[in-house]
Amino acid sequence: MRTEDPWYDDALTSGWGEHDGLPAAPGRPAEARPGRGEPGDPHAAVYLTVQRSPAFQQVRRRYRRFVLPATAAFLVWYFAYVVTATVAPQLMARPLVGVFNVAMAAGLAQFATTFLLTWAYVRHARLRRDRPALELRWETQDMARTGAAAAGPGRDRGDAPAQSRGDARSGRRAEALADFPGPRTAREGTL
Amino acid sequence: MTGDHRTLTLLLFSAVIAVTLGITSWASRRRQGSPEEFYAGGRLFSPMENGFAIAGDYMSAASFLGISGVIALFGYDGILYAVGFLVAWLVVLLLVAELVRNCGRFTLADVVAARMRERPVRIASGISSVTVSVLYLVAQMVGAGSLVALLLGSGSGQARSWTVIGVGALMIVYVSCGGMRATTWIQIVKAVLLLGGALSLTVLVLLRFGGDVGALLSSAAEGSGHGRDFLAPGLRYGGEWTHRLDFVSLGLALVLGTAGLPHILSRFYTVPTARAARRSVVWSIGLIGGFYLMTVVLGFGAAALLGSDAVRASDPAGNTAVPLLSLELGGGAESAGGQALFAIVAAIAFATILAVVAGITLASSASVAHDLYASFSRRARSVGGKGWSEVGVARVAAAVVGAAAVGLGLLAQQLNVAFLVGLAFAVAAAANLPVLLYALFWRRFTTRGAVWSVYGGLIPAIALVALSPVVSGAPGALFPHADFAVFPLENPGLVAIPLGFLAGWLGTVTSREAADEAKHAETEVRSLTGAGAV
Repeated sequence: MRTEDPWYDDALTSGWGEHDGLPAAPGRPAEARPGRGEPGDPHAAVYLTVQRSPAFQQVRRRYRRFVLPATAAFLVWYFAYVVTATVAPQLMARPLVGVFNVAMAAGLAQFATTFLLTWAYVRHARLRRDRPALELRWETQDMARTGAAAAGPGRDRGDAPAQSRGDARSGRRAEALADFPGPRTAREGTL
Repeated sequence: MTGDHRTLTLLLFSAVIAVTLGITSWASRRRQGSPEEFYAGGRLFSPMENGFAIAGDYMSAASFLGISGVIALFGYDGILYAVGFLVAWLVVLLLVAELVRNCGRFTLADVVAARMRERPVRIASGISSVTVSVLYLVAQMVGAGSLVALLLGSGSGQARSWTVIGVGALMIVYVSCGGMRATTWIQIVKAVLLLGGALSLTVLVLLRFGGDVGALLSSAAEGSGHGRDFLAPGLRYGGEWTHRLDFVSLGLALVLGTAGLPHILSRFYTVPTARAARRSVVWSIGLIGGFYLMTVVLGFGAAALLGSDAVRASDPAGNTAVPLLSLELGGGAESAGGQALFAIVAAIAFATILAVVAGITLASSASVAHDLYASFSRRARSVGGKGWSEVGVARVAAAVVGAAAVGLGLLAQQLNVAFLVGLAFAVAAAANLPVLLYALFWRRFTTRGAVWSVYGGLIPAIALVALSPVVSGAPGALFPHADFAVFPLENPGLVAIPLGFLAGWLGTVTSREAADEAKHAETEVRSLTGAGAV
């Protein structure tokens, strides 16, 4: 089957606006419940707690620190290329080697940087973000289920994050985490 | 064009239709009629399958035939197009794919409306998604009409019209009966066919030149009649400043528009997790990048082996460059090999058109049923009316959108396909992307900001086109005798995209209500961790 991806967790998923992990009612977009977003709402409290937790802020910081500069860089590089091609075609026509000119080299470089950045992003996500994000996902879903917002996530983050919890699903979680490819395993090597 | 080869082409076209209908009937036999199944194909496609399907959705006949045709006629300027179409995927990969997969269900509006007052946001973003889809659909229909007529060798207006109607009928059948599962498999089959065809032709071109790309480029420069200028930018987008600005505008629309195309966004929901969505984008970047590199070789190959004048004589827009090239590579117009290769390329182009229009129709039917109908019918239900099932509405919506696109496609037949594609990207970038990025990344974003951002991009984009030389005041315009063209550019992106971002900001800072902290926390946590993702 195609569900070996440890992020895929059909039993634990819940739709928008579901407090208790039941699948969203089919056929309808999730509707905002009255009371959602108010200070006393336990569901809202869970997400606010997670958002303020250091573990989540680390995931968010790692994501943004990579993505925002990278996006700025490739957009600048692309527009520099397009604007140069339209404003200064003479510059682009300058020959380099044989029939190859600056324009050809720049075009190929655009392809190359696109592939390179794709590879770098995927590597960064796999090594720096996937694992903590996955742990947060389960903790958040547990908290949403039990309403244990006060305790906060990351309370028992350690060397063996999943094993230390004793609820009914931790066995399955530990299994999935063990299955989760860590850094530098062959299975993920090409991505 | 001999009768034999038209017979073979028609035979292969029928085979394409038979295979796609076979896929549709197979997919519809196992359908359960749930929205999960209809819009997202059950969400269990693998990253590789989805990567091929995304590539199939994105590589339209306009790029296979259009970009290589532009390169065959104008040389380097075609490469600018190809680069824009590819770099756009970085926006999708870095900013959109995973986050959208984590916090949406079927459409763009799901992601945005979760943080806001739902109804106005859902209606606004439903309207803009349907507008983008219909524009893109009309572009593909117009392209299909002229292309098939050209490939079958009958340029008559009637053949075009019947092609548009036939393609429209087929796509309605695929989508209404097969939903996302059929559409995805059609995309995969088409992507494999298209990549296989492009790869074989590329290898044949390179073999002609003994693998020497330098020799290919110099004979292309010679065959074009422009010499070295052919290998540098400026033949098509040089000259007047409005042309140059127009190209910068198009570049902006291409690179920012892809991430706002509804049929691309809906593809991320067909895989189980955000990580799978990321891996499918990686697959598609590899496939699409490789495809555009091959397109470049084919374009220069056509200029080198046929000469730009021969290409221009067959079709002034250059769309027949690759079919003519295949005739030449197979051994010449009179040989059996040449005719067989030509027929195969024509059939691949046909399969490409069918697959692309099916993907767009599905996405627009999702916007109509999941966003618009669900928002409007709530009122109907509250006064006692009994609503249809959402999937039933979506099936009907596919037929209605398809019929509308056929009608517009018949009316717009003289419009330039590349212009229509550029316009669809510009509207997607102006109306869909700002609201999506603000909703995902801006803490203070409010309902008013979201609604203003959508309309603030959509309305200027459409208005600027109405005031552009495409609609009036120029020889090729819709109304050549009237002249109200006060906006000099054909592509509205340069103005409309910043306006979309500006309107979103303005709407937010002038809001009386503050953004909902808890819902923002929910969106942020969900988008980055996948907690509670469906």
